[in-house]
Amino acid sequence: MESLQLPPIDYGALLPMLILFGAACLGVVAEVLIPQRARNAVQLGLALLAVVAALVAVVWQRGTRTITIGGAVAVDGPTLFLQGSILVLGGVSLLLIGERSIERGGAFVSQAAITVGSQKDMQQAGGRPGATEVYPLTVFALGGMLLFVAANDLLTMFVALEVFSLPLYLLCALARRRRLLSQEAALKYFLLGSYASAFFLFGVAFVYGYAGGIQLDVVHEAVANPQRSEVLLYVGLAMVAIGLLFKAALAPFHVWTPDVYQGAPTPVTAFMAACTKVAAFGALLRILYVAFEGVRWSFQPILGTIAVLTMFIGAILAVTQTDLKRLLAYSSIANAGYLLVGVLALNEEGLSGTMFYLVAYGFSVLAAFAIISLVRDADGEATHLSRWAGIGRKSPLLAGVFTFILLTFAGIPLTSGFTSKFAVFGAAVEGGQTWLVIFGVITSMLLAFPYLRVVVLMWLSEPGESAPTVSIPGFLTSAVLGIGVIVTVALGVVPAPLIDLTREASEFVR
Amino acid sequence: MEIGYAPATGVLSNIWLLVAIPLASAAILLLLGKRADKWGHWLGVASVAASFVLGLIFFVSLSGLEASQRSAELSLWDFIVVGRLNVDFGLLFDPLAGVFVLLITGVGSLIHLYAVGYMEHDPGRRKFFAYFNLFVSAMLLLVLGNNYVMLYFGWEGVGLASYLLISFWYTRPSAATAGKKAFLMNRVGDAGLAIGIFLMFTELGSTQYSDVFNGVDSLAAGTVLVMGILLLLGACGKSGQFPLQAWLPDAMEGPTPVSALIHAATMVTAGVYLIARSNPIFSANTTLQLVVVSIGALTLLIGCVIGAAKDDIKRVLAWSTVSQIGYMFLGVGLGGGAYALAIVHLLAHGFFKANMFLGAGSVMHGMHDQVDIRRFGGLSKHMKITWLTFGTGWLAIIGIPPLSGYFSKEPIIAAAFEREVVWEAWVFGMAALIGAGLTAFYMTRLFVLTFHGPARWTEDNQHPHESPAIMTIPLILLAIGSVGAGFLMSTSVPDWLTPVFGEHGEEAHGVLSHTVITVLSLVVTIIGAGLAWALFRRGTALEPQPAGVLVTAARRNLYTDAFNEAVFERPGIYLTRALVYLDGKGIDGLVNGLAAAVGGGSGRLRRLQTGFVRSYALSMLTGAMLVVGAFLAIQLGWLA
Repeated sequence: MESLQLPPIDYGALLPMLILFGAACLGVVAEVLIPQRARNAVQLGLALLAVVAALVAVVWQRGTRTITIGGAVAVDGPTLFLQGSILVLGGVSLLLIGERSIERGGAFVSQAAITVGSQKDMQQAGGRPGATEVYPLTVFALGGMLLFVAANDLLTMFVALEVFSLPLYLLCALARRRRLLSQEAALKYFLLGSYASAFFLFGVAFVYGYAGGIQLDVVHEAVANPQRSEVLLYVGLAMVAIGLLFKAALAPFHVWTPDVYQGAPTPVTAFMAACTKVAAFGALLRILYVAFEGVRWSFQPILGTIAVLTMFIGAILAVTQTDLKRLLAYSSIANAGYLLVGVLALNEEGLSGTMFYLVAYGFSVLAAFAIISLVRDADGEATHLSRWAGIGRKSPLLAGVFTFILLTFAGIPLTSGFTSKFAVFGAAVEGGQTWLVIFGVITSMLLAFPYLRVVVLMWLSEPGESAPTVSIPGFLTSAVLGIGVIVTVALGVVPAPLIDLTREASEFVR
Repeated sequence: MEIGYAPATGVLSNIWLLVAIPLASAAILLLLGKRADKWGHWLGVASVAASFVLGLIFFVSLSGLEASQRSAELSLWDFIVVGRLNVDFGLLFDPLAGVFVLLITGVGSLIHLYAVGYMEHDPGRRKFFAYFNLFVSAMLLLVLGNNYVMLYFGWEGVGLASYLLISFWYTRPSAATAGKKAFLMNRVGDAGLAIGIFLMFTELGSTQYSDVFNGVDSLAAGTVLVMGILLLLGACGKSGQFPLQAWLPDAMEGPTPVSALIHAATMVTAGVYLIARSNPIFSANTTLQLVVVSIGALTLLIGCVIGAAKDDIKRVLAWSTVSQIGYMFLGVGLGGGAYALAIVHLLAHGFFKANMFLGAGSVMHGMHDQVDIRRFGGLSKHMKITWLTFGTGWLAIIGIPPLSGYFSKEPIIAAAFEREVVWEAWVFGMAALIGAGLTAFYMTRLFVLTFHGPARWTEDNQHPHESPAIMTIPLILLAIGSVGAGFLMSTSVPDWLTPVFGEHGEEAHGVLSHTVITVLSLVVTIIGAGLAWALFRRGTALEPQPAGVLVTAARRNLYTDAFNEAVFERPGIYLTRALVYLDGKGIDGLVNGLAAAVGGGSGRLRRLQTGFVRSYALSMLTGAMLVVGAFLAIQLGWLA
C-alpha cells in the first residue's frame, strides 16, 4: 500500500486566508476573555487589523501564479484581484458594522435565535451593548470568500461556499430592530441557501462522474476529450451553475434577495451586496473560464437567457417597490444580470470588465446602504419611500450624496456606473454577445425610472407630516460615505488605473 | 504652391493675448455684476484699446519678417482629439489676419469710446460693454484661428454676441423679434458652414488651414464645388447676402454702436473673410467663383434698390451695408488680384460705414431718437461736426476721389469688366456700375434729407444739438480714416496681402479700357448724386407717398420677407404643429403606454414574490428543471 504523501503547500500564497481564519478564531477567544467594556474596540480593531494584514499579504503576493495544496487552491491574477477587492470592500463594510453612534449599542444583538417578544429578547434589544460576535462572524465570512474565489476544485469550492454562507445566515438574524423580520430573513436565506448548496453538491457529483476528478483542470481535460456520456456533463454543469447563480442572485434563483436584503441589518445587507457578489461572480468566472470553457457554445445561450431574465425582473420589479432596501435589492439583482453579461463575453475584456464592475458597484452600494442607515425614526430606519419625501430640503447634503449614488446606479457618465457598464457591454459586443447588450441597455433605461423616482421624491415632493430624522453620521459611517463617493467619482473620471490593473490580472492559471 | 506657416516666435508667441484680454474683461464685467457698474465701461474700452496696441506691435513685428516667412502659427493645446479628428486650439497671425485685427480693434476702440457716451443713461451699460467685449474677443478668435474649427468657434461666438446685442433692449418686442430673426437666419448659414467643415474632415482628414489648402488639388471638382457652396452658405448667412439678407436690416433694432461695429464694420464682413481665407478652395473651381460673383452682384443691386426706398436712417445704412458687402463678394468671387481689392474695400467700408452709423447715432441722440429721415432736414446748422463727418462718409461711399471709397470700389468695378468670358464681363461689370449710380442716388437722398433742406421736425420741444465730445472725437477720427485711408490702402494693402493670395500680374484688359471705366463710374455717380440732390433739396412729404410698382416692392424689401414667410415660415409652422400632434398622440402615447405596461407588469410580477419560502423553493426548483432541461435539450439535439 502506498504511503500517503503530504502535498507541497505554498504558505505564502495561502497567507491572506490564513490570517483571516486565524484572526476569526482569535476573535472567538477574545469574546470570552476581554471584558465587556473594551470588547467592541478590541474586536473591531482586531478585525480591521486582520483585513489590512491580509490585504498587505495579497499585495505582497501580487506576482504569484501557482496552484497549491494538491490542486485545491489556485492563486493567480483573478484570485488576487478578487481577494483584494473582497478585503477592501469587506474592510469598508466592517466600518459600517462597527458604527455605534447612530443607534445605542449598535445595530446588532448577540443572540440570534431567542424567541421574539420574550423577555430576554426585549432585554437584549433594549439597548444592552455587546453584540461583538458580529466581528468574528464577518471575518469568517470574509475568509470563506477569499477561499471561494481561489478554489481550484469543486469540493474546496463547496466547502468555501459553506464557510462564508453560514456566518452570513447568522448575521442576517442579528438586527436589533424589527427582530421578527430579521429572523425570518435569516431563516429564508438559510433554507434556500441550503437548497441551492444541495444542487451544487449534486452537480459536483455528476461532474465527477463525467470527468473522473473534481479539479478544474481535470474537468477541462475531460471536456476537451469526452469519454463518457455528455448527459453527466450537462446536468452537472447546470446544477453547479445553479448553486452559484443562487449566491449571485440571478433569476429565477433571486427570490430570496428582496426579503433578505430588507430583513437583514443594513450593514450586513451592504456587506452582502458588495462582498458576496464579488465572491459569487469570482467563483462563477473561474468555473466557466477554467473548467467549462470548452462547452461555451452550449452554456452561453442558456446563461444569456438567464442574464436577460434577471435584468428584466430586476428592472421591472424595482419600478413598483415602496421600500428602499427592497428597491436596492432589485437593483442589485439587475446589476447581477449586467455582471453576467460581462462574464458571458468569455474573453479577457469580459474578465477584466466584470472585475472592474464588481469593485465599482461594491463601493457605490456600500455608500447607498450607509445613507439608508442614517434616515431613522422611533422604530429604527425609515426605509419606506414615502418617508423620504422632501428630505432634500432639510438635509441637502445627504440627499445630494444619495442622488449622486442613484445616478451612478443609473449609469450616468462621469460616474463609475457608466464606466463599469461600458466595460462589460463593450466586452460582450467584442465577445459576440450583442443581443445581451441590447437587452442590457433597454433594462438600464427601465431601471433609470425607479432611481429617478427616488430623486424626484427627495427633492421635489412636499415632506410628510412626521418626517424622519436624519442622524449625524459617526466617524465610521462618514468614512464609508466618503470612501464610497470618492471611489465612485474617481472610477468614473479616471478609470484607467483600475482598468489597467484588472487587465494585468485577467489570466487564470489552469 | 505648398502652403505652410512659420511657427510663432518672439513677440508673436503672445498673440493669444489679443483674444484673452477682451474675454477676461467680459468675464469680469459679467461676474462682478453691479459692483462693476461705476467703472465697467472704462474697463471695456481699455481692454479693446490694449488689444489694439498689442495688435499694432504684432503687426509691426510681422512686417519686420521676410515676405515669404510672414506668418506666425501658434498651437496652444490639443482642443479636440477623437479618433482621426485632431483639432488644435491654434492661432495664426498672418498678413490677412493682421489687417483684420487692426480693423476690429482699431474701429472697435473708437466705437467703444463712443458707446461710453451713447449708453450713458442706459441702466444696462455694464452688461452692454461685457457683450461688446465678448464680441471683440470672439471676432478676433474668428480671424486668428489656424483651422476651420477655431474659425467656427469664433463664428458662433460673434453670432451669440450679435444675438445678445440686437435684442439688448429685449423688452421691446421688435428688438426681441429681430434678435430671433438674426439668430434663425444665421443658423441656416452656420449649418452650411458646419457641414462644409465636416466634409473637409471626411475628405481631407483635417480642418487645419495648411492641410486643407494643400489638399484641395487632390479633390474631385464636384467635391470642391460642394465644399465651397457650403462655406458660401455660411458666408451668406453671416454677411447678409442673398438669399439670407433679410435679418441684417432688422438687426438695427440694437443700440447704434452695435450696428456700427457688428452689423457694419466687422462681423458682417466675416463672410468675406471666410471666402478670402479659403481662397485656395474658391480659386480651384470656376463654377464656384461664378456663383460667388452672381450672389455678390445680385445682392449689391438688391441692397441699392431697397435702400433707395427706405425712410429709416439706420435701415438705409443697413441696406447700403448689404449692398457694399455685395461689392466685396463680387471682389472675392472674381478671384486673383481682386481678393486684395475686396479686402481693401472691406477695410475702407469699415471706416466710412462705422463713421456714418455713429453719425446716425449722433443725429438720433440730438433728435429724441427720431429715425425717420422725412422728419429731419436742416440739421447741418445744428450739428456741425456730425454733418461734416457724415459728409466725408457720404462722399467716401459714393466714390468721389480722393476719398477712400473711390480707391476701393472703382478697382472692383474694373475687375468685373475684366472677366474672361465676355457676357460675364458685361453683366457683372454693368451691375457694379449701375450699383455705383444707385448708391450715389440713395446715399445723397439720405444725406440731403437729413442735413439740408427745410427743417421738417414734428415733435415738440425738439432742440437738435451736437453730441458730447466723447461721441464726436471718434466721429472725427473715423472721418479722417474715411478720407485718408483709401489711397494709402489701395497702394500698400494688396502688396501686403501677397503672401496670402499669391502673386498676380497685370490682368489682361477686359471689354472696356480702364480709363473708360473710371470715367463711366464717375459719371454715373455724379448723375445719381445730382438727381437725388435735385429731387430732395427742397425736402419731401412727411409720409411715404403712393408710388409705382418698383418703389412699393422696394419698400417691402422686394417681397423677400413675404417670400420667406410663405415658403419657410408657414410650412414650418404647419410642420411644427403636425409634429407636436404626432408627438402628443403618437410618441407620448407610446411612451406612456410602455410605462403603463411596465408598471402593470411589475405589479403582476410582484404578486409572485409571496414571502413564503415554500413558493420560493418551488420557483427555484422550476428554474432548475428548466435550466437542466435546456442544457440537455440544446446539447442533445432534442429541440432539433
